[in-house]
Amino acid sequence: MSVLVFVEQSEGEIKKSSREAVSYGAAMNAGDTIAVVLGPAQEDQLKSLGGNGATKVLHASDDSLEQGIIRAYASAISQAMESSGASTLVMAESSLGSPVAARVAIKTGASLVSNVVELPDTSNGFSVKRSIYTGKAFANVSLSGDKQVLTLKKGAVALQEDGSDASVEALNVTLGDADLGAKITSQEKATGQVLLPEADIVVSAGRGLKGPENWGMVEDLAKELGAATGCSKPVSDMDWRPHHEHVGQTGIKVAPTLYIAIGISGAIQHLAGVNQSKYIVVINKDPEAPFFKAADYGIVGDAFDVVPKLTEAIKAAN
Amino acid sequence: MKILVCITHVPDTTSKIAFTNGNTEFDKAGVQFVIGPYDDYALARAVELKEQHGGSITVLNVGEAETEPTLRKALAIGADEAVRVNADPKDSFFVASEIANVAKDGGYDLILMGRESIDFNGGMVHGMVGEMLGLPALSPVMKLDIEGTTAKMAREIEGGKEYLEVELPLVAGCQEPIAEWKIPNMRGIMMARQKPLKVVEPSSSETKANTTAYELPPEKGDVKMIDADDVDELVKLLKEEAKVI
Ligand SMILES: Cc1cc2nc3c(=O)[nH]c(=O)nc-3n(C[C@H](O)[C@H](O)[C@H](O)COP(=O)(O)OP(=O)(O)OC[C@H]3O[C@@H](n4cnc5c(N)ncnc54)[C@H](O)[C@@H]3O)c2cc1C
Ligand SMILES: Nc1ncnc2c1ncn2[C@@H]1O[C@H](COP(=O)(O)O)[C@@H](O)[C@H]1O
Repeated sequence: MSVLVFVEQSEGEIKKSSREAVSYGAAMNAGDTIAVVLGPAQEDQLKSLGGNGATKVLHASDDSLEQGIIRAYASAISQAMESSGASTLVMAESSLGSPVAARVAIKTGASLVSNVVELPDTSNGFSVKRSIYTGKAFANVSLSGDKQVLTLKKGAVALQEDGSDASVEALNVTLGDADLGAKITSQEKATGQVLLPEADIVVSAGRGLKGPENWGMVEDLAKELGAATGCSKPVSDMDWRPHHEHVGQTGIKVAPTLYIAIGISGAIQHLAGVNQSKYIVVINKDPEAPFFKAADYGIVGDAFDVVPKLTEAIKAAN
Repeated sequence: MKILVCITHVPDTTSKIAFTNGNTEFDKAGVQFVIGPYDDYALARAVELKEQHGGSITVLNVGEAETEPTLRKALAIGADEAVRVNADPKDSFFVASEIANVAKDGGYDLILMGRESIDFNGGMVHGMVGEMLGLPALSPVMKLDIEGTTAKMAREIEGGKEYLEVELPLVAGCQEPIAEWKIPNMRGIMMARQKPLKVVEPSSSETKANTTAYELPPEKGDVKMIDADDVDELVKLLKEEAKVI
């Protein structure tokens, strides 16, 4: 028995969420934990997955896998699952991982469950807890058959990191024309920034900030904390901030250890995207703002006064 | 152009979520059901594409009789016909199999879905249907234009977007700002009553992921309020109590 973990990179480095997925695979304690990486990658990055719990790393370096083409990735991962004999495939949720998971499940006849928040219970069959209703509830799901594909929410298991190395083996995959049928013509991507779904700390702001010109203080605070920046829906609707920063039921669902909400009222659709945060700080000038009910710490005050002071205080304390 | 739009029948985004029957069933009491917000984007874009290119729109739901008002609403917004697969949508594999079964002989150029249902938030049905039918499936799609037999799309990725060109037919999971939600007008509502709504029985009953119990998250503790003039106190709490910075 073994667990296969699909690992992604961003800007030439293994994504933290993928390292967490490897730790999840190892914590399942179901034989070998085999990481699979597709496309060009640095040898030291591949080896370092050993520190997260991988016993072995499979690497398909084909140039046609340089771009994340979903069908090509799904074929490659299915082939890795078959050749390695793994019964479980695990990966972090992402814009590439999730659609790949769906296709691999059908290709291999595996049961599929997304939004997994905990390790499975394999004492009697295979059951696992997943988040539903946008984090407002959980379901325990029992999977049939002898193969499973799981996509994980951030924080499903603690990241393991012990600095050891794993051995790397080449993986040969065969891709057909249909696998490469979708042409990615270009990508627009913020570089050198903490990605919102991966971030441990998120500083998010809403319509209370009055206009895009006032985001400097939000970015300053985020920078001081090594945080990603987020926003409410109206803010991205009005193009004050890019769409990929929009947090909530119809945007990105985040699960940081700390979420700081500035000038956001706390509408139920916004809360649905942040309810998996460990701690929430709310800064709002209205003491009646509904967000305070979902917060751990709150400050009633004017953001234009409180936020710069907070940034200074953190700077002083560090 | 023939478009199939798959819609869910889900609790309104403001609904309070609760369970009954020893936490084995969703409590529908007092809950208002709507077209899934992402499915609403898919439908709105379908209506716009039909205006540009001609053709027809079929809306499809896998659900029991209670979902018919939701299908009627989709007809009022601009779909031409509706199909309901008469079954409780137990898991994503079951739903995807039924959608693929309806779609396989339908000759659809586009199968539009939402990026995810907001009840079970799987975000998986489009990919599964794509694989079952041997078609590309892209999600979340923020922009979709058709030029000849090519779809030009923007798909959201972490920290940005990617632009793609894919040959039809294909499956797409939609999200804003692909189109603006459309509200049915009086004429649409009147016309919807005459439009066909076909009920078909499911082709199989196989499921792969069965929910055994539901649970609610633990209640949140009380908020600790800090004076606006004492941000140092907040920093101290975050460092020493929460240990998050
Ligand atoms: C189907 C549906 C889906 C939706 N999905 C989402 C979603 O995914 N994400 C999302 O965010 N919204 C979503 N919404 C919208 C949501 O209902 C709210 O309208 C939105 O979250 C409000 O954004 P806001 O808090 O920035 O603005 P507002 O509600 O206008 O709140 C602004 C807040 O700023 C405070 N404020 C003003 N000035 C200051 C100041 N100087 N200092 C400090 N505080 C100040 C005010 O007291 C107020 O609380 C959705 C709505 C619908 C119907
Ligand atoms: N019961 C259903 N009937 C019709 N379409 C559905 C159903 N469930 C899911 N879908 C479609 O699949 C998309 C993704 O759903 P999910 O994978 O459940 O998040 C939804 O936005 C719908 O377009």
